[in-house]
Amino acid sequence: MRRSHEPIAWSLFGAGGMLLAFFGPGLVLTTALLPWLAAGDPQAAHAAIGALLAHPLGKVLVLACIALPLFHTLHRIYHGLHDLHLQAPRLPMQLLCYGGATLLSAISAWWLLLV
Amino acid sequence: MTDKVTVRVQRYRPEEDAAPWEQSFEVPYSEDLSILDALNQIKDQQDPTLSHRWSCRMAICGSCGVMVNNEPRLACKTFLRDYRDRGPVQVRALDNFPIERDLVSDISGLVEHLETVQPWLIRARESPVGEGAYLQTPEQMQRYAAFGQCINCGLCYAACPQFGRDPAFLGPGALALAQRYNLDSRDEGAAQRMQWLNADVGVWSCTFVGYCSEVCPKDVDPAAAINRGKVASDLNYAVNLFNILRGKDNA
Ligand code: SF4
Ligand code: FES
Repeated sequence: MRRSHEPIAWSLFGAGGMLLAFFGPGLVLTTALLPWLAAGDPQAAHAAIGALLAHPLGKVLVLACIALPLFHTLHRIYHGLHDLHLQAPRLPMQLLCYGGATLLSAISAWWLLLV
Repeated sequence: MTDKVTVRVQRYRPEEDAAPWEQSFEVPYSEDLSILDALNQIKDQQDPTLSHRWSCRMAICGSCGVMVNNEPRLACKTFLRDYRDRGPVQVRALDNFPIERDLVSDISGLVEHLETVQPWLIRARESPVGEGAYLQTPEQMQRYAAFGQCINCGLCYAACPQFGRDPAFLGPGALALAQRYNLDSRDEGAAQRMQWLNADVGVWSCTFVGYCSEVCPKDVDPAAAINRGKVASDLNYAVNLFNILRGKDNA
């Protein structure tokens, strides 16, 4: 029996889901709400996040928080479309979903390298 | 005057019917009347040509699976009282299997899948009977006990949209059975079963719809078994990749 390569997609899907569950709420809080609600000083919050993005570890963390949930979402959409019988040929759909996630991750990585 | 209920039974006699059709029967109602009792009443008193499968009448043999109002159920474990005031009860052969006759499905595909996963204890070396039984602690048994409750009724296959679309998919029952043996401390056959779990027709056809676990009459939770199978297959994939990188190719 030929081995399926689905484990690659599933691992990324699983990692993305886990990351979202653990860090998702915290991320929304720190990036979207806290600067306005608690800190009172949006500029200081902006500078702090800028500092995080300047640090290599910060870049890796942010990339993980963007790329893995992307794979998570597009994997679920890919299989969701199959379950809904909205079925296009397999290869183009895989290219669109997983290729899309890869492309968006690459753009994010590129952007993170620039900041 | 006895209360009556209407049961609409699917009929299909391949030698005379071009397609399955529905026949209505009136059955005397009582509180403890199961769908199986109703079918037996029809066959014994009204129409002896009706074909349906059953044996134990107590949710053990797994042979009486049918669709009751479009839901996969064991006929012997489903009672007409639960369908009162909801109009006629409709009974038809299990979804996703070819119909042999009336309510009898051709489950040979299911049986093949069950055999594929080698559902027996595999040992590198069988120890002689004189050495006694293979011992196991209650904790070790607990690891697979739930998956061992399966009665091969096929309800989960009737519930599974992936099996419906691709009958080559090993399906919930067989994959739960594979886990039942892979998790057994006395078994040494996981490596042989993994090739089936790892395949596209193995755990990876599942998109975690979860309906299989909802309909299972024995609380086997085949969806959980498949998901644990995915974790095992995932690790197996990583180990294999590592081996390839070390030059030990067995992809
Ligand atoms: S897992 Fe449950 S529903 Fe599926 S065959 Fe076994 S007992 Fe029946
Ligand atoms: S008759 Fe045996 S399970 Fe229903």
